[in-house]
Amino acid sequence: MISLVIADRCTGCQVCVRVCPTNVFDAVRGGPPVIARQQDCQTCFLCELYCQPDALYVDPDCETPAAVSAEEVERSGQRGRYRRDSGWDEWAGDPRYANEHWRMDQIFARARALS
Amino acid sequence: MPNIQGSTTPPIAELPPIAADVLVIGGGLSGTWAALAAAQAGARVVLADKGYCGASGVAATSGPGHWWVPPDPDARAEAIRQRMAIAGGIADPAWMERILDITWTTLPTIADVYDFSTDEAGTVQYRGLRGPEYLRAMRRKIHRLGVRILDQSPALELLADSDGTIVGARGLRRQRGEAWTVRAGAVILATGGCAFKSRLLGSHTNTGDGHLMAAEAGVDFSGMEFSTYHTVAPAHSTMTRSMSFAFATYYDGEGREIAVPPGDTTRTLARAMLDGPVLCSLHRMPADIRERLRRVQPNMMLPFDRGGADPFTQRFPVLLRPEGTIRGSGGIRLADDDCGTAADGLFVVGDAATREPVAGAVSGGGAILAAWALSSGVIAGRAAAARAARQGRRTDTAARPLGQAGLRPARHAAAVDPRAVTAAVQAEMLPYDKTIFRRGPALARSLSRLEGVWNDLRDHLDGEGAATAGETVQARESAALTAVARWCTRAALVRPESRGMHLRVDAPASHPALARRLTVGGLDRLWSRFEGPAPQPLEHPVVPQAGAA
Ligand SMILES: Cc1cc2nc3c(=O)[nH]c(=O)nc-3n(C[C@H](O)[C@H](O)[C@H](O)COP(=O)(O)OP(=O)(O)OC[C@H]3O[C@@H](n4cnc5c(N)ncnc54)[C@H](O)[C@@H]3O)c2cc1C
Ligand code: SF4
Ligand code: SF4
Repeated sequence: MISLVIADRCTGCQVCVRVCPTNVFDAVRGGPPVIARQQDCQTCFLCELYCQPDALYVDPDCETPAAVSAEEVERSGQRGRYRRDSGWDEWAGDPRYANEHWRMDQIFARARALS
Repeated sequence: MPNIQGSTTPPIAELPPIAADVLVIGGGLSGTWAALAAAQAGARVVLADKGYCGASGVAATSGPGHWWVPPDPDARAEAIRQRMAIAGGIADPAWMERILDITWTTLPTIADVYDFSTDEAGTVQYRGLRGPEYLRAMRRKIHRLGVRILDQSPALELLADSDGTIVGARGLRRQRGEAWTVRAGAVILATGGCAFKSRLLGSHTNTGDGHLMAAEAGVDFSGMEFSTYHTVAPAHSTMTRSMSFAFATYYDGEGREIAVPPGDTTRTLARAMLDGPVLCSLHRMPADIRERLRRVQPNMMLPFDRGGADPFTQRFPVLLRPEGTIRGSGGIRLADDDCGTAADGLFVVGDAATREPVAGAVSGGGAILAAWALSSGVIAGRAAAARAARQGRRTDTAARPLGQAGLRPARHAAAVDPRAVTAAVQAEMLPYDKTIFRRGPALARSLSRLEGVWNDLRDHLDGEGAATAGETVQARESAALTAVARWCTRAALVRPESRGMHLRVDAPASHPALARRLTVGGLDRLWSRFEGPAPQPLEHPVVPQAGAA
């Protein structure tokens, strides 16, 4: 479930307000949006992909809201990790984060061969 | 700017009607393909999504692999033969051939917006795309072609003229507290399947709204009993990405390994989960695959990386997320080869439609569903554009809103809590012992409870009178969830046999006479009928003992 808007990273662009499929955020003029309907969050992580300053943190528990601080997220190395691993924005073209989704069929075939 | 915190909620303002040739309701995989095809055919297209076109829908969070077979007649015939062999006798090879062809020729046409990968041999890989990038690309593509996109704009109801022809729809811009109306020469429903808010990844906006709107236009459904697909995920997570689980080893609460017969994972795990916790380990995944997992599926590891177990060395609890009709195959019945429905002017695509012609009684997940979403979008988009060109836009004629349950109470408005409605529906549609292992008497009890929920909300739930746009949408969603639950349960009850994913523990055999499609319909009074030739008499269907499941 969406846990944090990290205020000192947020540029107030309101992109997350636009893209969240379940309309979790409310816009705030000139500032960080607020998480207005946390229980509506579908834990899809897509707001993180669209937040270029990496100011959002979605906890993977979709049933219970997590109490997590910006410092903990920072220490865990997870802030912005999903966007980076996906090779979005400034990470595009970086071979470390190349899109290898097409290998799925090979991977399924390896699993079949192993079983 | 929408929804400024602290400002008072203004009353819902009606926006002036927007004129379009084609209105697409739903901006997921099938809706964007439909919008693209209609716009390429020259139509003026409006697309409305409940959330954000590009991030909404179940494809945007996954990685759709398409049914991808080269145009070699033998290869195509063999692919179709293999699917027909498991389709339970209700699929249609001609439809299969058609979607193979459309997918093959159409998918590469988005290479200007989607960066297709190339393998080591330099071959471009078209079959599988990453969801977030795919939908972002589709948005770019339709935007460039001039499609007008209404985000955060759930459709609430269809509009019909005096002959019942569908001439548009009405909905809300939920962040602005405004009501939109689009008048169109044709309307395409692309609202996806319905997973009853099970927390299946990306499925929260797919509440069956299109199904309910279609029923209000007099349209019926086919294959709603094929609505029992489930996907394994780490407990407490939405992460229904199945690839890594191909390497899974499962254990019961005592630590004993669970033997999983090939092809029977879901039922085996569900049976074990009904008895107690089930744990999983991915230690069998080879090291090179672990190393590249995040480049293949960047979201798969999030539940583990963010405070979870190390899935390769530790056992972690898992569950099954119900998918309802999403990777089932039931949906709105098709009336013709253009993806038209029984309502004049109304088309249906993707998971909102029945997928029986292309998948039969089993799931088309992994290949067929994405190919169907694309192809049905192309077919309906073109047909809707052609219809609008023939008929012209008719914005001036009178149009009647068709929305009933959840919007306008049949009797007097009274307090009905949409959250309680949703919870009551989930109590019948999510437990494994009610959906994976179906039994006649339990289905009858479920149906009777759902009838009670429906009657109450139909009579009293006043979505139109709600204080905020969000509450109106929630009320309507709860009505749609209830309606879809009733059609699924009715269909499961009246198919007294097992076929494909539909398992009746009290009738585990398949009866040859029932290798036919089952239509269900009705809002206040449900009805059902088997299609096709009259059945042979039901002489002694083999009924092994309960528990054989
Ligand atoms: C985890 C997962 C993995 C999958 N992987 C594969 C695969 O590899 N291969 C394959 O073939 N298939 C796969 N599928 C199935 C495939 O994703 C779907 O068949 C496909 O997304 C269907 O497209 P759709 O447009 O009909 O529905 P969706 O993509 O779900 O889109 C429906 C859209 O309708 C919108 N909507 C709903 N109600 C309203 C309303 N009232 N007003 C406006 N908009 C509304 C929603 O917001 C959403 O954007 C997978 C499904 C899941 C769940
Ligand atoms: S997208 Fe990120 S930076 Fe923009 S408003 Fe949202 S949290 Fe702030
Ligand atoms: S995780 Fe998905 S549903 Fe939740 S806030 Fe982010 S975009 Fe919205």
